[in-house]
Amino acid sequence: MLIVNTPDLSDRDVTDHGLYLKRRQFIAGAAGLGLAACSGSNPASAASLKFKPNRMPIDETRTPLGDVTSYNNFYEFGTGKEDPAKYAGMMRTRPWTIVIDGLCDRPGRYAIDDLIKRFPLEERIYRMRCVEAWSMVIPWVGFPLASLIKAVGPQSGAKFVAFETLRDPRQMPGQRGSVIQWPYREGLRLDEALHPLTLLAVGLYGQTLPNQNGAPIRLVVPWKYGFKGIKSIVRIRFTDKRPQTSWQMLAPREYGFYANVNPAVDHPRWSQAKERRIGEFFRRKTLPFNGYGEQVAGLYRGLDPRQLY
Amino acid sequence: MRARVESALVWLLCAAPLLLILAWGFTGDLTANPVEFVLRDLGLWGLRFLCLTLAVTLLAKYGRMPRLMRYRRRIGLWAFAYVTLHLLTYVVIAHEFDWAEIATDIAKRPYITIGMGAFALLVPLAVTSANAVRRKMSPRAWRKLHRLVYLIAIMGVIHYFLLVKADTSSPLLYGGIVLVLLAARMPLGSLFKGAGNRAVQR
Repeated sequence: MLIVNTPDLSDRDVTDHGLYLKRRQFIAGAAGLGLAACSGSNPASAASLKFKPNRMPIDETRTPLGDVTSYNNFYEFGTGKEDPAKYAGMMRTRPWTIVIDGLCDRPGRYAIDDLIKRFPLEERIYRMRCVEAWSMVIPWVGFPLASLIKAVGPQSGAKFVAFETLRDPRQMPGQRGSVIQWPYREGLRLDEALHPLTLLAVGLYGQTLPNQNGAPIRLVVPWKYGFKGIKSIVRIRFTDKRPQTSWQMLAPREYGFYANVNPAVDHPRWSQAKERRIGEFFRRKTLPFNGYGEQVAGLYRGLDPRQLY
Repeated sequence: MRARVESALVWLLCAAPLLLILAWGFTGDLTANPVEFVLRDLGLWGLRFLCLTLAVTLLAKYGRMPRLMRYRRRIGLWAFAYVTLHLLTYVVIAHEFDWAEIATDIAKRPYITIGMGAFALLVPLAVTSANAVRRKMSPRAWRKLHRLVYLIAIMGVIHYFLLVKADTSSPLLYGGIVLVLLAARMPLGSLFKGAGNRAVQR
């Protein structure tokens, strides 16, 4: 079945949420998971969001919600692709505040619900290219990071934005191990952060973001590898120095700070020339900047593109 | 009769991981990324069966399961089967017969080089496990050749270790298992050499 996304189509036309729920419950039951363990991530608790429909048509089939929510990396809940869906229910996403500090005029603690009320939500259907050479097409709901940045007023010295994920091993069992130096850290150059494509997502397929996908709020930078899209953000800091980022700290030779999708620069252990779109059998060619080159290539003029991995 | 039931049971246990993959294929439970899942699962079972092959002699002796020795060859051949299916999945499904890409992989990526090397070493072991071939070899040569299985298992662990992104706990666990099995066989090697000779002479 080919679902061609047209802007006049709402998400409820595409995916029957009730059917999806039934399937999730069946899977959860079959896996013998305690209800308590998955109640938090159970989309039954997801609420519909009000948002402006997608304005950038994308002629590609959206990855089914069930795949988006059952196959991803979120090491805070374990290193397996199914771990986030299994264990993210343990995370409490309300109350939730984001500390905004560093070189900005209005630092402070911002409650997630205030942010959602303050900034109009819109849908963005983006390609998501994982550094592991698989990809999805995901209808996010959120607001541009630029709106938040402008509201808190970065000072002239601010050149970078640093992000941190929640660190709480009681809610995040994966943090009891030390695969990564917790908390998970990411960063962007300020001009990347201000780019209109850069999104803070709070929803998925028109509903509140499921825990395993980074609830209550996560970063989406569609021209970069997926690991730049830091999840469950609790801190945003403006700085004059390039911040340390988790995967770069772990393996600087394999994961760069920019991490722009680039088919010409291989990961040391695999080629990045092609990708497996989830739901498709044959691989497709990976596009420079994940197909967003027209909008973002200008950000990197003068920089050696081979360094932008 | 009992022997046949036992034999069928062992066969079924060895085939179970493969049958499960097929069953999950039909029910659509191979995760959102079936190619990756099948590739990984087959490789992991190849490594597990290699470990099992190494453990059989010890289990037979110390676990008081002497009958297990009858199935050592079969378990070893299943290890070969899983590794072969793993490689076929890599060539046919994951890389769609893109030989240039595969050649680059072998040349540039140590974990692929080591994996391919391990497979290449495994082929003569599988071939010489046939009775007809084995009879043509001197027992000494055969045993020497089949000691390669330790090297192959170690290469399998290194192959696994080099490919994981950050969490090395699982490859390290298998590395530990292989080292323990290797150490356990070391001092016993001479004992079994004698036993093996007698068995062959009869």
